[in-house]
Amino acid sequence: MGTDIRDAKGRPRVAITGCGVVTSLGRGKADNWAAITAGRSGIRHISRFPTDGLRTTIAGTVDFLNVNPYSAPALTIAMATAAAEEALAEAGLARAQTFPGPLYLATPPAELEWPQRKQLWDEMSASDLQGYRRLLAAAREHAHADMASLFQFGSVADHLADKFATRGLPVSVSTACASGATAIQLGVEAIRRGQTQAALCIGADSSVQIEALIRFILLSALSTRNEPPEKASRPFSKDRDGFVMAEGAGALVLEEYASAKARGAEILGFVRGCGEKADDYHRTRSKPDGTAIIGAIRNALADAVIEPGEIDYVNAHGTSTPENDKMEYQSLRAVLGVHLSDTPVSSNKSMIGHTLSAAGAIEAVFSLLAIRTGTLPPTINFDVPDPEIPLDVVPNKARQAAVATVLSNSFGFGGQNVTLALGAP
Amino acid sequence: MLDQADEVWITGVGLVSSLGDGSEAHTDILTGRRDGMPAVDETTFAPYPVHRLVPLDLSKQIPKNSDQRQMEGWQKLGVYAAGLALDDAGIKGKADLLDRTDLAVAAGSGERDTAVDCKVLETASAGGDTPLRANEILPSALRPTLFLAQLSNLLAGNISIVHHVTGGSRTFMGEETAGLAAIESAFRRVAAGQCEICLVGGALNAERADLLLGYELGHNLWHHPFQHIEERTHRGGGFVPGSVGAFLVLEQRGHAQGRAARPYARLTAVESDRGRREPNPSANPLAQVFARVGSPTGQEATSVFSGASGVAPATAGELSFLQGLTRSGGINCAWTYGDLIGHSVEAHFPAGIALAALALRGEGLSAALAGKKCNADDVAPIDRIIVTTVGHYRGEGLAVLERIS
Repeated sequence: MGTDIRDAKGRPRVAITGCGVVTSLGRGKADNWAAITAGRSGIRHISRFPTDGLRTTIAGTVDFLNVNPYSAPALTIAMATAAAEEALAEAGLARAQTFPGPLYLATPPAELEWPQRKQLWDEMSASDLQGYRRLLAAAREHAHADMASLFQFGSVADHLADKFATRGLPVSVSTACASGATAIQLGVEAIRRGQTQAALCIGADSSVQIEALIRFILLSALSTRNEPPEKASRPFSKDRDGFVMAEGAGALVLEEYASAKARGAEILGFVRGCGEKADDYHRTRSKPDGTAIIGAIRNALADAVIEPGEIDYVNAHGTSTPENDKMEYQSLRAVLGVHLSDTPVSSNKSMIGHTLSAAGAIEAVFSLLAIRTGTLPPTINFDVPDPEIPLDVVPNKARQAAVATVLSNSFGFGGQNVTLALGAP
Repeated sequence: MLDQADEVWITGVGLVSSLGDGSEAHTDILTGRRDGMPAVDETTFAPYPVHRLVPLDLSKQIPKNSDQRQMEGWQKLGVYAAGLALDDAGIKGKADLLDRTDLAVAAGSGERDTAVDCKVLETASAGGDTPLRANEILPSALRPTLFLAQLSNLLAGNISIVHHVTGGSRTFMGEETAGLAAIESAFRRVAAGQCEICLVGGALNAERADLLLGYELGHNLWHHPFQHIEERTHRGGGFVPGSVGAFLVLEQRGHAQGRAARPYARLTAVESDRGRREPNPSANPLAQVFARVGSPTGQEATSVFSGASGVAPATAGELSFLQGLTRSGGINCAWTYGDLIGHSVEAHFPAGIALAALALRGEGLSAALAGKKCNADDVAPIDRIIVTTVGHYRGEGLAVLERIS
């Protein structure tokens, strides 16, 4: 049995002592939560690059951080930094010289972008070299320290580990659109096994780039409902037609409960359990019987030692793709059974879009805010219910409710499924 | 110390490289039954030498053509090596077991279509705005397999699909530190009882111009005719990438014994850190992590399989430290395994552990490979191997493997 400082399985309880967030709706929990609970959308026309000729021209971009010179990893670093600073301040650790634990970072894979390739190409304009030989000669013959420090797969983690003086090797993880939840899971595991008393878990993503946008368009994954942008993302609606790419960052300070209490930290909530399950069906689709998603949700409940009836609210993955929302409903039904009919399930992606690698972390922050404020964020743009998805999606307007236990789902390409169970202090 | 039931055993090894396909090919080279000459291609990507992968019959591990068509070279190599490790551990095809086998993968990302890249750049040079040209060209030119290969976690995804490994699945990124993080996470989870059995490893397809470009931006590549790692450090340094797929099955001892699995070795420690290199770039980058496991004193027959990349000055600092340990008798030998298989970045740490596992279950390391820097008479048998990996620009770590007698 559990004690004050140990959970029902005898493991150290994992407390959340700080969190922070950046999305297209703004910087910080206050602005974001005000917008989210007012049902406001952050989706807009993309102004970062021309979208002429593309089927999708909208996204939830973060354009207010004044990143200069702009690049995707520079924006990822800026968003992650803003979210982590907020989390550390709330945890009362902002003034510490070092963070007393490791960094677990969910971040997109690194890749040079077109401006960088073009720069390299143009540097060799006096050369008759063609193809990648030309790009390689530019790399070899000139100095590109800034590019090198931003476009490695470990770059973002490296900058953040320096900035916050986290301990040991910073860990970068990718489980596609479940990455943010995986980063939290890694932190939980490290605390439970006594490897550390604290972990800084961050998810950040700035993937609104030409090529990434085109790739998702080619996968037929994105909404093409460009006008008006704020109406495009409509999770669980019958007329949903795809997700909307978006940017943002979420950060959580996790601590072993006993040590957090000992230092007098305010306990915001607990990560009670984590579940994951890989799918072996298809590279971009779930197994039709939902077994992998069902497995992830069941594993989270088992890990947290909670019954379906204890779930007060589900913060859905809810991407607004025809496939995801149907599979998520069926899987929740399989696990929660009749209790699902009494359980509100909403998707904040209706307002902030799909923040990809960051989604699991951002949505964990919103789940915690639902617990702390007693307010369920709505699913906006819910005008045409889907008879195949009979859910209480908290349609269009936020709702007051007492929330003690939340499930937060995250599913990704490559068969990645992670569910977190968060609880009130 | 771990108590016995919680020991972490290595019960499966899957290794493919420029040296050969599978454990036997690599063991033959370790023991000197076959000459270990680096297989280097100096022309295709000149001036960059690369260690070229041996030809593989992919259908042995990826039987469906439809699966092969969905993957790029990086993924095929990794899925193939993962299959070898599962076969070797005796769990291939055992649905119940695979359904609770966790997966930890160290990955960068996959091949780009370099012809399409250049077409965009050439068209943009001829006039117009690069983004607009990209908008025109990419939607019809990008192949779905190529853009799915850009997702780092799609090596893990393909392993799940092809081999049905469907427990948890995490993909770690960050060049060499991806391999350190994947192995350390798997090791600590098994040791703590958070996982009973885990498939862990990585893959690098070195024969890619787009991959070379990423490393050369930081001037990390060796761009002269092939030389061995230590020699390269005297001429400015640089690494020679090598195509490698390296996977291991890590298993709780009790679990392994319960299914009568035959172990290669026990993994007794994995340590990692990210020391600052700036104040003294040629200092020993492994000082911290060695201090945590205790510097070898020569009481056990210990060798080091060093994953030094050849990038100076970190490699010079590491080799100087290891030569000191050899001279003082703390270790018998320090072998830089990248001399033979090349530097395999994300896969390099798993590859070193795979080689060490083979050496511990086999006949050790031949005096020819151990070379003059070793106390050659003491080379065999080896009881303990410390595998090191130092990131080409940051991060360092080690693993300690012990013979199971």
